[in-house]
Amino acid sequence: MSPEFWSMGGYAPYVWGSFGVAAAIYLWNAIAPRLRRRAILDSLADDE
Amino acid sequence: MNWTWFHRLGSPPSFYRFAERLAPWLGVAALLLLAYAWYGGLVLAPADYQQKDAFRVIYVHVPAAAVSLSLYVLMAVAGAVALIWRMKLAECVMIASAPVGASFTALALLTGMLWGKPMWGAYWVWDARLTSELVLLFLYLGVIGLHAAFEDARAAARACALLAIVGLVNVPIVHFSVEWWNSLHQGSTILKFGKPAISADMARPLYAGLLGTYLLCAYAILRRTQNELLLRERGTRWVREQLAAAAGNRDGGAHVS
Repeated sequence: MSPEFWSMGGYAPYVWGSFGVAAAIYLWNAIAPRLRRRAILDSLADDE
Repeated sequence: MNWTWFHRLGSPPSFYRFAERLAPWLGVAALLLLAYAWYGGLVLAPADYQQKDAFRVIYVHVPAAAVSLSLYVLMAVAGAVALIWRMKLAECVMIASAPVGASFTALALLTGMLWGKPMWGAYWVWDARLTSELVLLFLYLGVIGLHAAFEDARAAARACALLAIVGLVNVPIVHFSVEWWNSLHQGSTILKFGKPAISADMARPLYAGLLGTYLLCAYAILRRTQNELLLRERGTRWVREQLAAAAGNRDGGAHVS
């Protein structure tokens, strides 16, 4: 990718900042429910 | 028409298995659509004639704002169903929607601030659109907090459902705020009658991003609903079967490695 792409016409902090926050929130939504399921299954298995 | 499939889907074990089959497909479809949407938004779409490259924030801001309202409606409708018919599945869907909706409301606010700074000169103004979206975040957080405050799951669901339904009044306020009040926020780009105010090569990644974000939310809500069902139905035969299957998978994995 060219330097112009990364500089986003001088708006780099705003554009990349937005996409960075978005990536974190999308990833959290994809991963957090799976981790919670493992925790629930483990705790229920201990109760058995 | 035969409605037995509908009643069967409402029972926790049937819904759990249905979600187990559907969720992976939703996840894959969301990933493909979002990959195209972000590549299209960052690389393929030309810079805007007025906002230059800063307009690209739209590709994360608009889908987040759209689902922030849609998921609130879903949460309130599920809450109403839970109140009226005492349906356990609806209680689980309601509480599963809250963290997903809250996260995308926060994303809409944060990306809006990062877009507002270069375009308006300020991260934040106490404008009707921004303020009502902030109230939306507090409503989601209120439902999450209220749910955590109750020991009894049924009582928790009833209180959350009431809060969710009362808060529904805020949804049209967010949506129409840019028309009702003199707002700094620009009007709708795509959700309006007539031609969209955006060219096709800019619009395609945006539509893909919207669809991908809705599918990711569907994935997350199905998975979270499954989690709630496991907790609410612990001790029943079908949850025991799920525990045994999970233990079997772990043992099987240990043998392979």
